[in-house]
Amino acid sequence: MNLRRLLAMALKEALQIWRDPRSLAVALLMPLMQMAILGYGVSLDIKHVPLCVYDQENSQTSRAVVDRFISSGWFSVSHVITRYSGIRRAMDRGACIATIVIPVNFSRTLSATGSAPIQAIFDATDVNTTNIALGYAQGVVAQANADIVAQWDAAHGVQSSADSGVQLDPTVWFNETLDSRYFIIPGVVAVILALVGAQLTSLTISREWERGTMEQLISTPISALEVMLGKLIPYFLIGLVDATFCLSVAIFWFDVPFRGEIATLFVTTALFNLVVLGIGYLISVRIRSQLGASQIALLVTMLPTTLLSGYTFPIDQMPAPIRALTYIVYPRYYVTILRGIFLKGSGLSDLWGPMIGLSLYAAGIIWLAARAFQKRL
Amino acid sequence: MSASGGPAVLAEALTKKFGDFTAVDHLDLRIERGQVIGFLGPNGAGKSTTIRMLCGLLLPTSGRASVAGFDVGREPEAVREHIGYMSQKFSLYGDLTVRENLRFFGGIYRVRREDFAERMRFAISMAGLEGRQNALVHTLAGGWKQRLALGCAILHRPPVLFLDEPTSGVEPEARRQFWDLIHDLAAEHVTILVSTHYMDEAEYCNQVALIDRGTLIAMGTPSELRGHRLSGQLYELRCSPLGGALKALRGVTGVVEAAIFGDRLHVVLAENAPAGADIRRLLSEHGIQADLPRRIMPSLEDVFVQLVSRGAEHRVTA
Repeated sequence: MNLRRLLAMALKEALQIWRDPRSLAVALLMPLMQMAILGYGVSLDIKHVPLCVYDQENSQTSRAVVDRFISSGWFSVSHVITRYSGIRRAMDRGACIATIVIPVNFSRTLSATGSAPIQAIFDATDVNTTNIALGYAQGVVAQANADIVAQWDAAHGVQSSADSGVQLDPTVWFNETLDSRYFIIPGVVAVILALVGAQLTSLTISREWERGTMEQLISTPISALEVMLGKLIPYFLIGLVDATFCLSVAIFWFDVPFRGEIATLFVTTALFNLVVLGIGYLISVRIRSQLGASQIALLVTMLPTTLLSGYTFPIDQMPAPIRALTYIVYPRYYVTILRGIFLKGSGLSDLWGPMIGLSLYAAGIIWLAARAFQKRL
Repeated sequence: MSASGGPAVLAEALTKKFGDFTAVDHLDLRIERGQVIGFLGPNGAGKSTTIRMLCGLLLPTSGRASVAGFDVGREPEAVREHIGYMSQKFSLYGDLTVRENLRFFGGIYRVRREDFAERMRFAISMAGLEGRQNALVHTLAGGWKQRLALGCAILHRPPVLFLDEPTSGVEPEARRQFWDLIHDLAAEHVTILVSTHYMDEAEYCNQVALIDRGTLIAMGTPSELRGHRLSGQLYELRCSPLGGALKALRGVTGVVEAAIFGDRLHVVLAENAPAGADIRRLLSEHGIQADLPRRIMPSLEDVFVQLVSRGAEHRVTA
């Protein structure tokens, strides 16, 4: 191992990245775009669901119900309509996802019987959003109910049975404190680092084969190890820059609470970086076309990081064989580590389990990558 | 360097097979130091494969070879320290500048820091690229690219240089300049092995190795090959149509070899061959118009044609 050769290689590779618009875009623009798309797009929370209101009664009591929807923050009234056909029109135009209809005799029925129906109509073209909005609506109504039943009981001097009012169980759909973004964003960071790191390095050897420069390179006394390390140095630095960028966006833009230590974050991120760079390099050595290498790199980073890392799909809800599979997929360790550092403030001593997993992975991949490259045509 | 007195390149029964195809077949080669050796042969003769084995880029299927005293199979890195190599396809980094390419290869070859500036200047002036040090290499024309590639290959002053068809696709003027550079290097006792399919370039070499179908069919100085290799006298024959004349002559006693050279035939005649006038009459019986055969000095190409066809007969009868 010779430092001079290593640096010559690293400098050459850095210059090539700098002059290649595609590499630069992958290195700098892809993290930005993905952070925006995944950070916003994958959020499971919905706020300000557009709501149509058809208040047939327009009494103090009925307006109080509408106000409860608005003040919850999950709904905002987009339309107030005055006839039934207006609902259909508003839904068709996509002006609202939900409509509540309060019947003419709402307050009378309520005060007479202690229970009154409200109709809620949902646009279920996006089942996911509808489910969530439905959950919110149930939550709002449940709270309203509790107050109304209490008032009714007080006014009538009786204790209502449990099935008076509208029976709702809001806990299934609705959790007023959980913000899924906190949970998802650290996973997004892992996805981006894996994608970008492996994409960039997957091209590094195949590019030399495709352009014919490899033949000259292997006729020189540079060792396979020097080739690998020299090439990985600039990508490692890019990976750290990208990581800093993504993590800063997570903390300062998406307001994910950061309770751990920067040093812990740095060490674990560097380790994860090594793993993904090693994987990309390994692919690049094995597959001599740039296109093929980049496709395979996408496959082996995208699938495990999005499906098996626990980033959106909780690992403990997976069937046992799939759960076992997540242990051999590297991103699960990093996602676990990131969530620990971010949300729980875990230090290295708390994270030794996934740290060992990630370290073994890094060592194994780098070992394979170092052995894979042969200086032969 | 080990065995400083030995040959620069030594190959013994060097063989390379790609599946069923034998690209290089038991090739023996001995090249003394300070020589310019031309590897001559048609495309697919095994020239590149031989060079790649000697550079350690391909593992021989069998046989052995040593370069600058180091065994190609066992000490490939030592071999690589002592050679410069220019591949057939241009293989510098097009997206790097002239200076960046030189700096990269200088670093890879660990050119001593105190020599580095001087070697770089030398390479740039040799390539004729003064003032264009900061040009991206892919913007350079063919001849400059080739000379820069040579410059990169000799930054570390290798005692042995392998140039695989360095002048293919380069214009004639640039080809001549390139050969001047090769002779300058040879004057500094660098052993240079150059492959080419331009027969005229062989005249620039101290030694010529004729290669066909993976075997070495002859080796010697250009004049040796020209003078002693033909079994008979060489005649030039203007006639028409050429193809019919070729067929008519090939069965005739004393006609050792006949081949088309441009718009005429080259015919090698043994002593028992018919006289010129008889040949002319014989051809006219086949409806072929011909001048009288004219005796000429053989070129390397004539030698090559005869050796190749002789080899082919050999293989057929064997």
